[in-house]
Amino acid sequence: MKSLIDSGTAATVENPVAGIDQTKGDFTYDVAYEFDAGTGLSARTVDYISSVKKEADWIRAFRHQALQVFQSKPMPTHWATRDLENIDFDRIRYYLASGQKPKRTWDEVPEDIKRTFERLGIPEQERKFLAGVEAQFDSEAAYSNIKEIVAKQGVIFVNSTEGLREHPELFRRWFGKVIPTGDNKFSALNSAVFSGGSFIYVPPGVKVAQPLQAYFRINAENFGQFERTLIIADEGSEVTYMEGCTAPKFSTATLHSAVVELVALKGAKIQYITVQNWANNVFNLVTKRGLAHEEAEIKWIDCNIGSRLTMKYPGVVLKGRKARGEVISIALANDGQHQDTGAKMIHAADETTSNVVSKSISVGQGRATYRGQVHIPKRLRGCKNNTECDALLINTNSRTDTYPAITVRGERNSVQHEASVSKVSEDMIFYMQQRGLTEGQAMSLAVNGFINDLARQFPMEYSVELKRLIDLEMEGSVG
Amino acid sequence: MSSLVIHDLHVSIGDKPIVKGLSLTVNSGEVHAIMGPNGTGKSTLAKVIAGHPDYTVTGGDVLLDGRSVLEQEADERARAGLFLAFQYPSEIPGVSIANFLRAAVQARLPEGEEIDASAYYKRLYAKMDLLKIDRKFTSRSVNEGFSGGEKKRCEILQMAMLEPKMAVMDETDSGLDIDALRIVSEGVNALRGPGLGVLMITHYQRLLSYIVPDFVHVMYDGRIVKSGDKSLALELETRGYDWVKQELAALPA
Repeated sequence: MKSLIDSGTAATVENPVAGIDQTKGDFTYDVAYEFDAGTGLSARTVDYISSVKKEADWIRAFRHQALQVFQSKPMPTHWATRDLENIDFDRIRYYLASGQKPKRTWDEVPEDIKRTFERLGIPEQERKFLAGVEAQFDSEAAYSNIKEIVAKQGVIFVNSTEGLREHPELFRRWFGKVIPTGDNKFSALNSAVFSGGSFIYVPPGVKVAQPLQAYFRINAENFGQFERTLIIADEGSEVTYMEGCTAPKFSTATLHSAVVELVALKGAKIQYITVQNWANNVFNLVTKRGLAHEEAEIKWIDCNIGSRLTMKYPGVVLKGRKARGEVISIALANDGQHQDTGAKMIHAADETTSNVVSKSISVGQGRATYRGQVHIPKRLRGCKNNTECDALLINTNSRTDTYPAITVRGERNSVQHEASVSKVSEDMIFYMQQRGLTEGQAMSLAVNGFINDLARQFPMEYSVELKRLIDLEMEGSVG
Repeated sequence: MSSLVIHDLHVSIGDKPIVKGLSLTVNSGEVHAIMGPNGTGKSTLAKVIAGHPDYTVTGGDVLLDGRSVLEQEADERARAGLFLAFQYPSEIPGVSIANFLRAAVQARLPEGEEIDASAYYKRLYAKMDLLKIDRKFTSRSVNEGFSGGEKKRCEILQMAMLEPKMAVMDETDSGLDIDALRIVSEGVNALRGPGLGVLMITHYQRLLSYIVPDFVHVMYDGRIVKSGDKSLALELETRGYDWVKQELAALPA
């Protein structure tokens, strides 16, 4: 419906902020890549990446070992969709970069890359409400900057390559500890070829008032983006991180497979917000997990729009007493899309609490699946979980499935699970039309109402963007 | 000056005829009441005027200001100035009354024109004051968990904000206790004026003691069988609908 492939001249970059919509990301500019690992995956690909990044021996060995795990692990086809079999790992390009060191000012960012982010409105947002920004273009960050006032507090916000190079001890201590290489086939793939992503450290007691933001942009066709993010919030600190993602609409499939690890030490709070709007040929297979120590709190706010297939189940391992974990997720599956999302809450200490609220919307032949895992072992006491999943079906051929897996042993813990499926009724639409709204506007309003209580938890700028994305998705859903 | 003209209207649900040749004209400034026993096609008439997709018009016409509305979608008719106060208003979870009305007002603006938010709220609060509605009311989700009286007040508030030329009120008194009925009626009376035509559909006479109509019509078996002024309603109250039925039966076929 909205295929706006832009050959790209500076003149087309107009009002990037107003252009927040579904087609916003659907453009591409020609970029000269200095580094290219070629097509296909082998030990040589891994060596190329490691050499280009001038990595230490331990990380090179880590990558090679991960590659072996990836190659030996089967696809998770016994429970997952068979669409995974359509990923052709030999056709993907695993590393593409224009440079090795991100720029600290937008003026230094090469013109051909800068105009992409300007069109996406990133520099504007940075000025308005962010404490720091990292902008990743294919494999590497093109820009990374943190406001001086935040840096002075000792906060580290760099990309993973810099994190490895400049803060090796801190990095190595937690890297791969929350999500081991062999967690699943795609975490192994990421461990072998990862590049980019953020490394964040917040010192004890520091509360970062404004969010840190990363923007992940895929520009090249047949490309695989494998960013690796590690966030460590030291004792009593607080940080909010937001990520946005887009890619142009290519005729071939693109792979995005990230690994995100969060560590919240005693009493720390991490809030991780995702608003992804991938083009609908992207396989988005992401592993996200946090480790919450005593009285720490980890909250994932996850909003999935777009992509061909998303498989993502953010989790929290509640390791310390009174730790809290939360997953708030919104997924919208349109025609040809499958949003397979959910949450994992692993209780591993007394008096830990977790909360999962998931809302999905299936439009046309879109399919939304919720998979939830809650684990509370017998030896624990005073643990609580609350899970709510609500699905909204827009058309009669829309589909939703819920697979909750709740294991609670012992009698000293409490669990609550609620699920609902609703349909936008014809009477409701007629009622709204009678007030002058078109059928499409009525649908949009009904969907925005459905997710309203969750959308309110987003920062203002993101909830506005979310509303507009939904309006655009719903436009074509009627008739 | 506006007019709603219903001309020899025939309506079916599936193959079943419900409205069988109904004619009626409502001009701005007038309040018409349609009364009649249950199952006689009153609510069908209301929904057909508003453009509900479940009904098929098999003959006749409905004209707003001389223009047929039958080819128009429900939302086009609404924007042209037709309002239906629903007997059973729908709930819209998660959408506040203020936001819903804002979207409805926005839908009436020319393409590309943005609503002036502060002017909108000023007008909304003025209407709420006029209808004696508490400020907190509009932050609630539309009709969700509302009592019968609250639902009807919400309809009247929407009518006040959207300023229709013609309002069809379907069984506005149903499900209301006497206090709620008084409040809702005061609201309608506050909106009465030279710019608004009202077609009230009701089963009971009691509503008409609060909203006094200029014309009363009796509907029976898909047609209007008797018309008069407000005294007709009182006569129906004392003599019942059987009186009309007997009168009809006595007529030569």
